[in-house]
Amino acid sequence: MIPLSHYLILSATLFAIGAAGVFLRRNLITILLSVEIMLNAVNLTFVSFGRFAGDLDGQIITLFVMTVAAAEAAVGLALVIALFRHRESLNPDAFTSLKW
Amino acid sequence: MPETITFYLFAALTVIASALVIGQRNPMYSVLLLIASFGGLSGLYIQLEAPFVAVAQIIIYAGAIMVLFLFVVMLLNAPKEDAADWDRTHPLRQPGVARWGTLLAALLVVQLGMALSAVGQYDVPVGAQADPTTVNSVTDMGRALFTRHTFAFEATSILILVAMVGAVVLARREGDE
Amino acid sequence: MHAAGAVARPAGGDGGALMDGLLRPVVIGAMIFIVFNLLILASAILVLAERKLMGFMQQRYGPYLVGPHGMLQPIADILKLLFKEELRPKGADKYLFTLAPVLSVVTAFVAFAAVPFGAETTLFGLLDEPIKLGIADVNVAVLVVFAVTSMGVYGIVLAGWASNSKYSLFGGLRASAQMISYELAYATSLAAVILLSGSLSLRETVDSQAGTWFGFLPQWNVFLQPVGFMIYVIAGVAETNRAPFDFPEAEQELVAGYNTEYSSVRFALFPQAEYINMVTMSAVATDLYLGGWHFPGVNPAYGWIVFLAKVALFLFVYIWMRWTVPRYRYDQLMMFGWKYLFPASVVNLIVTAALVLYFNA
Repeated sequence: MIPLSHYLILSATLFAIGAAGVFLRRNLITILLSVEIMLNAVNLTFVSFGRFAGDLDGQIITLFVMTVAAAEAAVGLALVIALFRHRESLNPDAFTSLKW
Repeated sequence: MPETITFYLFAALTVIASALVIGQRNPMYSVLLLIASFGGLSGLYIQLEAPFVAVAQIIIYAGAIMVLFLFVVMLLNAPKEDAADWDRTHPLRQPGVARWGTLLAALLVVQLGMALSAVGQYDVPVGAQADPTTVNSVTDMGRALFTRHTFAFEATSILILVAMVGAVVLARREGDE
Repeated sequence: MHAAGAVARPAGGDGGALMDGLLRPVVIGAMIFIVFNLLILASAILVLAERKLMGFMQQRYGPYLVGPHGMLQPIADILKLLFKEELRPKGADKYLFTLAPVLSVVTAFVAFAAVPFGAETTLFGLLDEPIKLGIADVNVAVLVVFAVTSMGVYGIVLAGWASNSKYSLFGGLRASAQMISYELAYATSLAAVILLSGSLSLRETVDSQAGTWFGFLPQWNVFLQPVGFMIYVIAGVAETNRAPFDFPEAEQELVAGYNTEYSSVRFALFPQAEYINMVTMSAVATDLYLGGWHFPGVNPAYGWIVFLAKVALFLFVYIWMRWTVPRYRYDQLMMFGWKYLFPASVVNLIVTAALVLYFNA
């Protein structure tokens, strides 16, 4: 039998891995991938709690999160392409010209 | 018993693949490892009696979003030496930031450990062995989606349209008509 | 077993005592083994069938030297491919170069796992209890097949990338862009036929097509959804990179597209994946539109023979199309998929939904 806490710890771990990726990597695409990992961790939490409460809403919210993630990935990658064309670099530290 | 084995298998696949994703130099490998991680998550969703979400995960995430990532990685073929250089000159590796950041991270881990150990109250079985009286069929999900969540559904479709138009506009070259 | 809504629903007629406890993985394993080998046999037969039919359509004999009427030609082909030298270009990515054909062929085989190919049968009395023919009876089978075939894109795009050659890269990018474009029309036509059967399970869709109208016309979905059927077949052909939509692997245009740099076994896996994808598409089209294993007057226990005949008919049409119709140019191909096929399938879905609502209200 798999208690709910197992699923929660798993999604917390995934979220932490995603957050670490966002902080520690200096490549725009890898940062976007880490954001996707975080979104998936959240999805897992929703579905686990949905099953725990016997409610379908957990799965439905997950569908919406997936759709929003798809939209965000599309726009994010379009931005990455536009940025790369501008500066020929995928390093976030190359786009600091607005800093004082 | 088989449920426990499959849970640990899929969980291990997901965690290890995700950990490798953030550690890879080559973004191509990162994308493929993330697809493997999504496969593991899909297995976990099936164990949680959410077959539609499991298949939607493969169709949407692994089948569409990751293809998009793959295309972009192939188009923006940034050299691997540059990527390694960027990680080496990371602002988080500066001495002051590194010391304080490590302290904060240790504090966070301690706090997370304390919070998670209080999760013991959630030792309720979830998944196939849980109370089987809930009927999660695709029909019920469709019904709920189109009655209780109509507004969210319509708003999401407009969101996708906006994102599609936005992506096309943003990725266009300057001076194109 | 848990309540309705679980992923696999072993209902009655599932083999009874055969499917209990430890014997269950053995039985499923045996079925997987048999179906796997039958699929490989099918792809071998298709190799021969394609070349013989191509020959006859071009008013010449196909292969006729090896074995009677060239029936051992596939074996000769496979032996030749096995003995060729395994090349890998110097700049090619070490792991991805081998992963790409493996991914292609694995997704091709896995997609067939969710497709049922027969009703309950005791296989002419060999088994004690009737068993449903099909590896997995999933209640979201249509989506599983769609999901796995959409993973097939990776094999091709990775092959194009990993070969480190511009012909391969162009071929790979074009092929994957084509596949994801036609996935839209494919999914929308699937949605329309699911409306008719009311269930995502392929087995239930087939069973909803049993019986006849007016005593002689079988209740197949193709009569209710002719436009949807055409759209599905066209999208299916485009998905498998075959017939008029095979620009990415066109011999005359791109050397050999994404599999230019491949040789020997790695190369052999690509056409194998293509043939298995053809078989899966034909099987799913048969299940969804042509009534699967039902035929008026035939005992469902022998339905798998009917199923085989229908799938063979589809495969013949595949091969016929390839050697009759000229190839689409790439921009024509994309325009057709986005501007004609997808709107047509959306209109089909709306009309179907309206009619279902009208006749069920």
